[in-house]
Amino acid sequence: MLPTDLTVQENRAHGRAERVVNDFSIQVATVNGSGSQTANMVLLRSILLMGVPVSGKNMFPSNIAGLPTWYTIRASTRGYIGRKKEVDFLVAMNPETAKEDVLTLDPGAAVVYDEPLKLNALRTDLVFYPVPFDKLVGPVCPDAKLRRLVRNMIYDGVLAKLLGIDMALMEKALSRQFGKKGKAVALNQGALKAGWDYAEAKLAKQDPFAIEPMNETAGKILIEGNAAAAIGCMMAGVTVVAWYPITPSSSLCESLIGYMKKYRVDKATGKATFAIVQAEDEIASLGMVIGASWAGARAMTATSGPGISLMSEFSGLAYYAETPAVIFDVQRVGPSTGLPTRTAQGDLLTIAFLSHGDTKHIMIMPSSVEECYTMAQEAFDLAEQFQTPVFVMLDLDLGMNNWMSSAFTYPTTPINRGKRLNAETLKTLGEWGRYKDVDGDGIPYRSVPGDGMPAYFTRGSGHNAKAQYSERPNDYVENVDRLARKFETARAFVPKPAIDLRAGADIGLLGFGTSHWAITESRDQLREETDVSTSYYRLRAYPFTDDLATFIDAHDRIYVIEQNRDAQLLQLMRLDLSPDRQKKLRSVLHYDGLPLDARTVTDSVLAQEGFEVAKKDTERVSRSGMTGGE
Amino acid sequence: MAGKTNRIGLEAVSYRGSKTTLCAGCGHNAISERIVDAFFEMGIEPSRVVKLSGIGCSSKSPAYFLGSAHGFNAVHGRMPSVGTGALLANGTLIAIGISGDGDTGAIGIGQFVHLMRRNLPIIYIIEDNGCYGLTKGQFSPTADLGSRLKTGVVNDLPPIDTCALAIELGATFVARSFSGDKKQLLAILKAALAHRGTVMLDVISPCVTFNDHEGSTKSYAYVKDHDDPLEEVSFVPFFEDISVDYAPGTTQEVTMHDGSKLYLKKLEDGYDPTDKIAALKRLHETQRRGEFATGIVYIEPDRDDFLEQLNTVDEPLAFLPLERVRPGREALEEIMESLR
Ligand SMILES: Cc1ncc(C[n+]2csc(CCOP(=O)(O)OP(=O)(O)O)c2C)c(N)n1
Ligand code: SF4
Repeated sequence: MLPTDLTVQENRAHGRAERVVNDFSIQVATVNGSGSQTANMVLLRSILLMGVPVSGKNMFPSNIAGLPTWYTIRASTRGYIGRKKEVDFLVAMNPETAKEDVLTLDPGAAVVYDEPLKLNALRTDLVFYPVPFDKLVGPVCPDAKLRRLVRNMIYDGVLAKLLGIDMALMEKALSRQFGKKGKAVALNQGALKAGWDYAEAKLAKQDPFAIEPMNETAGKILIEGNAAAAIGCMMAGVTVVAWYPITPSSSLCESLIGYMKKYRVDKATGKATFAIVQAEDEIASLGMVIGASWAGARAMTATSGPGISLMSEFSGLAYYAETPAVIFDVQRVGPSTGLPTRTAQGDLLTIAFLSHGDTKHIMIMPSSVEECYTMAQEAFDLAEQFQTPVFVMLDLDLGMNNWMSSAFTYPTTPINRGKRLNAETLKTLGEWGRYKDVDGDGIPYRSVPGDGMPAYFTRGSGHNAKAQYSERPNDYVENVDRLARKFETARAFVPKPAIDLRAGADIGLLGFGTSHWAITESRDQLREETDVSTSYYRLRAYPFTDDLATFIDAHDRIYVIEQNRDAQLLQLMRLDLSPDRQKKLRSVLHYDGLPLDARTVTDSVLAQEGFEVAKKDTERVSRSGMTGGE
Repeated sequence: MAGKTNRIGLEAVSYRGSKTTLCAGCGHNAISERIVDAFFEMGIEPSRVVKLSGIGCSSKSPAYFLGSAHGFNAVHGRMPSVGTGALLANGTLIAIGISGDGDTGAIGIGQFVHLMRRNLPIIYIIEDNGCYGLTKGQFSPTADLGSRLKTGVVNDLPPIDTCALAIELGATFVARSFSGDKKQLLAILKAALAHRGTVMLDVISPCVTFNDHEGSTKSYAYVKDHDDPLEEVSFVPFFEDISVDYAPGTTQEVTMHDGSKLYLKKLEDGYDPTDKIAALKRLHETQRRGEFATGIVYIEPDRDDFLEQLNTVDEPLAFLPLERVRPGREALEEIMESLR
């Protein structure tokens, strides 16, 4: 047995004396559509306001109301904001799942539960706090119709008392949530207080968990990746947006609509400096984006896997006819409808070569909400610079969960509109050909309708450097070779990886996107628990940059960590790497629909390194079956 | 006629495109010629025009007119979305889309439907030959019941009447014509250029190679025999000071968005193209008789188009400078504060 498991067990012994301060996870089990999201956000934000690093993850069903939902809040003194598998503190509000929720807890965990559920009879190694929610909600909410919504706020009050969260901060978080809706604030404040009062009068603190003020979150924000990307798009000066609703990408366009209405309407005329269209499907969404980009606008769409599949033909057109397009893929679990409300990194291979023929696309891969914001802006620059589609690869975990982050900084660099023909360039070029490579970088000059420059005929059929229809073998080869050259040029311009080299490390970890949070925490675990030192390469774009080979050369074994079944990133890397380098690659795969956690990475790496790893699984995978729906 | 210039001083050659590669005698070529005439006579600056199309013989034709305008030959059946995007980016452009009956009625029917609903300001032309020319003559969804292919195959599915569909869906200018009727087609095209909103123009355009034989209902001979004009169309552009005299009750006068005038001289009974229900009824009746009602089937000259509904600034969105599309520091700071 590894030292890790010993410590874990010690920590978990029932009735342990030592306090656990600011380092535990709370899980709230409810049904969706019950308004619990507000209560959860208030709890999350109040911990942030206490100065404690925190993150929130929603595990929800593909259904509008009435199915089980779990919301997990993690406080971490060391600032780990990835997922943690173990639940330390459970709030059991859903009769349907309560029993299983309690049975899967580790010994020593605490449970706040709805009193009539009588969960305390289930186990003797947990701390139970019964709360009669229905009795408490009556007096604070006379309107019976609203009770169901207000009821959840009571557990916030109970937790505030039990964990020591400042009530003033909780009230502050509450008014944040409701904004100017004074009546709703008052009603919920009443419920908060009822919870607090009840806990004070009736519940004796027996668990070790506590929130104490820290100073780690000054100026920090809480935001979902989709909203962060939306702000980035607005700052990038997007003017045309076409989209078709699909979880988990809808909230990107929906928050964009909100921000644009507020900040992008001309004061003087009341007219919009943007057009946002809900298209009839994803094919039309991308068609509109291509048409708009072709006509010179900064245009984008956002979708998820099923939409990406539909965009295939148009992606190839944009690649071959060379029109910019920015496409956000907020990845969810496939294939087909898959698990629409669960996270994955499974679209990598599809997108790299989306469409028929020799097609290759640029992908950029944010890990954090901050990168959602900055990379949204980079995406438009790259799309216009390279006159090609750029895919921004988010996932449900990043897009739809709330992440703590530093505030975003205002963009100071000018935007890159790419090689556009104007009177000056036309003069220096002499004879202009739309697809002529004059600079050797594969990127031609383009004109757009209405700019007063010479026009050309855009087509997805074979064309020569002057954009004339051509079926000549040489014209075809020259053109696609130039496109390959253009893709090569992109290597030097896409976001560079974040590399942390550790002297003497034999092992390199390599991952992208939301895996980052599990990987950084896992590196600490590996070092502290087993003295295994690792370097880390956080990939941020495709095509790969040259330092990938250098990183591989500097290590004996590379663990490619990704959230899909088929090791898609590893396969993609293989295409670029020599056989010697390929041999060094190993896989850490995670694809059950839940965000990757550090322990999974650590265990997998250690097992492959020949350590003996005790399997201790508190996964909720078995439950996904219960939360079906379309 | 050489040397004759239009109101902006351009000669007809300025409106030509590259040499056609379609079959000699293909109806699509005649339509391209009328498009050249219409743009020339209306004195439209070619650089303000964007030509869009899907895939098919018909969709190739934008290369054969207005060579100095930008063109986009997109993918099969999806021209409406590309055209929509282009107009969102720059609402000052004049957009003309060329499609085929397969490109529209089959693979593209979804985008067609939504284009019509939006009343986007575009001239959408279906070059309708009742078959797939480019893939060698299979039936298309506009093939009439009982029409026969060269191979002997008879169509036994009811046709989609794109005009009826367009009226039903909200297009504000719906017409049908025949590539062989120079005068009517030209008048309709000029009127189309004066309209603001979606113009849906179904032009029966025989495919001489695959669908011009006896037994086909889209052959030159059949269409000539079964053309049932709704009215005699004449068009007077706003910049021409011509007054048209007509006896009261014989002609319907429609004032277009730009002030141009459309005179629809009534034939036999009084057809009213501003009456939606009458228009649909008439389409059904002529179809039952195995005939084609041609002319302006329906017109609604003053409904808001899609771009007006979106309430965007007057300048093209594509050309707005950075300072108008990137909110200031205060905006970002305000957003950040709301997230703390
Ligand atoms: C996705 C896709 N499927 C099939 C085709 C093959 N295709 C090319 S043109 C065409 C039909 C064209 O018919 P129509 O629109 O009536 O035009 P016409 O050639 O008769 O003018 C088809 C099926 C294609 N280009 N793309
Ligand atoms: S095949 Fe038919 S539609 Fe195509 S160019 Fe020839 S005549 Fe025209």
